[in-house]
Amino acid sequence: MNVTPEDKSPEASRLSALLWAIAPVVAALLFTMLILLAVGAPPVRAIATILQGAVESPQKWADVATAWVPLALVGAGMSLTFAAGLWNIGAEGQIILGAIFATWVARNVALPQAPLLALIILAGLLGGALWGLLTGALKVYARVHEIFAGLGMNFIATALVIWLIFNPWKPASGATMSGTEPFPEAAWVPRLGQTRLPPLAVALAVVAVVTAYLLLKGTRFGLALRAIGKNHRAAYLQGIPTRRHTLTAFVLCGAMAGLAGALQATAVYHRLIPRISGGFGYTGMLVVLLAGYRPEWVPAVAIFFAAIGVGSPRLELNMQLDASLGGVFEGAVVLFVLLGAGLRKRLARERG
Amino acid sequence: MDGFIISTLASLVANAAPIVYAAIGETMTEKSGVTNLSLDGTILLTAMTAFAIAHNTGSLALGFLCAALIGAAVAFIVAFASIDLEQEQVAVGFVLTILAADLSSFLGNPYVNQPGPYLGQQPIPLLEDIPVLGPIFFQQNAAIYASYAVVFLAWWWMSKTQPGLKMRGVGERPASAFARGVNVHAIRYAYTMVGGALVGIAGATYSLVVKLGWSHNHTAGNGWIALAIVIFGGWDPWKVAGGAYLFGMLKALGSVLQRNPAFVNVPTQIFSTAPFALMILFLALTSSGLTDRFLNLFSPTTRRRLERLIRGRAPAALGQPFHRE
Repeated sequence: MNVTPEDKSPEASRLSALLWAIAPVVAALLFTMLILLAVGAPPVRAIATILQGAVESPQKWADVATAWVPLALVGAGMSLTFAAGLWNIGAEGQIILGAIFATWVARNVALPQAPLLALIILAGLLGGALWGLLTGALKVYARVHEIFAGLGMNFIATALVIWLIFNPWKPASGATMSGTEPFPEAAWVPRLGQTRLPPLAVALAVVAVVTAYLLLKGTRFGLALRAIGKNHRAAYLQGIPTRRHTLTAFVLCGAMAGLAGALQATAVYHRLIPRISGGFGYTGMLVVLLAGYRPEWVPAVAIFFAAIGVGSPRLELNMQLDASLGGVFEGAVVLFVLLGAGLRKRLARERG
Repeated sequence: MDGFIISTLASLVANAAPIVYAAIGETMTEKSGVTNLSLDGTILLTAMTAFAIAHNTGSLALGFLCAALIGAAVAFIVAFASIDLEQEQVAVGFVLTILAADLSSFLGNPYVNQPGPYLGQQPIPLLEDIPVLGPIFFQQNAAIYASYAVVFLAWWWMSKTQPGLKMRGVGERPASAFARGVNVHAIRYAYTMVGGALVGIAGATYSLVVKLGWSHNHTAGNGWIALAIVIFGGWDPWKVAGGAYLFGMLKALGSVLQRNPAFVNVPTQIFSTAPFALMILFLALTSSGLTDRFLNLFSPTTRRRLERLIRGRAPAALGQPFHRE
């Protein structure tokens, strides 16, 4: 007899869904352990070290929450561009531009803390939105695939931030890769007690996730974006202004990424550094892929990635292993989830 | 010609070689209808592999071989995920980019800044004595000479042979190729993996020939450039190779300008990133509507010729899964 998923009892199908969700994570864990065995490191101890590094103290929880902010912001933004079927790989550059705009304000505007921070946030949104708009314009008007447009803009942003740090904004003591001089304290996002956690940054990221969710689920704009993502041509023929919506998606995603950059500069480093984007543009993309492009899943997935990001440097301290193992595990989870989803679909097709 | 210009051109030819391998490999993959987006990560992973193997065994040939195998293995995952599991090629390729890059950092950590074997000069007798061309093209080594051959072979295979014709058919109209009895899936697997092996050779050429040794993110950015060059070159091996040399020229220009006292205050990072940005800008210019307006200034015949020169058409079925029903 042919057993299709509908024939099974609800418990059995729930169980199989659970197994399909867990299996890729287990596979990724095994893969990471094999890599550890390959370099002669004790696998269980290495993974325990990462976990311990992420949760051992309230300070670490605060660090995880801080690392969660850029991932959630970029993830929320990309759920909008992905809805329209766009690969906004340029988020990395959009983060950098947000940080640059915020740095300009922090260095040049003398205001009390509250209005200054408001201005910095606006500048970050604006810088990222501008870079997103340029990427979108390359896509819409110059017909460059957004992956290459975004990469080009990333390269330019990287060169720009380094030029700024080494020329107009170089510290009096001389330019180095450690960045500009610290901002005046009025431009620092306040921290919670003795921890490194900036509550304002967390709140802004929550707002961004909710905004992305509401835009996609509750507005005509969100509906139109998803129509474009499903079938660009059909959406265009139905009279949806595809160009304007595509540009808007890039602007919104850019703004959220830019905010992430502004917060990295003013809440985490208190200065502009060459690697201000911290690869969050790329990791953020992994977050959205793992979240199945859905903004409601972004926060949870981002916590998982943030914890690994905070825990893995511990490998270098305790075991003389490179921290990139965390990235290996993250990448492996996403890869096996994609493969698992494909396998499940294929099996269902063959049975049905 | 002055010795400085000749040595700059010779280093340009050498530096372009890995990009030639990667971009020609990707051209073959894409001509069969599959996009392997993982190049940037694969080149890192294979550059590290080649150096680690050569460092441990002392055998350069084994280094190249293992790099090619790893490149083909990553490509196999792309092929399996997209052909058999029908997952989005771009998604799988992107994840593999990140995963392979992190793997290269983790596994390559013990080899960072280690001295190791490399492929030195192997001038070709007689040819090396040709004025100007000799020192530029024929005082290199086997890995560079083979990169010239790969361009020719890819062109010949794709446009002059039966299997090459089949491969293009699979990339253009898989359904009609299937109807003629062609095994669409097998051909796509084969060219994705051959392309991946060439990408692996690109990685080995970096760490063993043109950018010796290993460091974190040793070759980062070059894989993306190779992907852009495939589009820039319109999926035509000769033009793709031209794109690789153009990129090499921008890089060489950067390092020449950098040494000029007039630019002493410009940070070196500007010179190393500018070629990447310019390459993308070229891509934007050749595909934009602005170029359409420019082309309209010419007579229809000239226009068509120019258009064929600067633009290519993507294989019609690129990125689309094929169902055998």
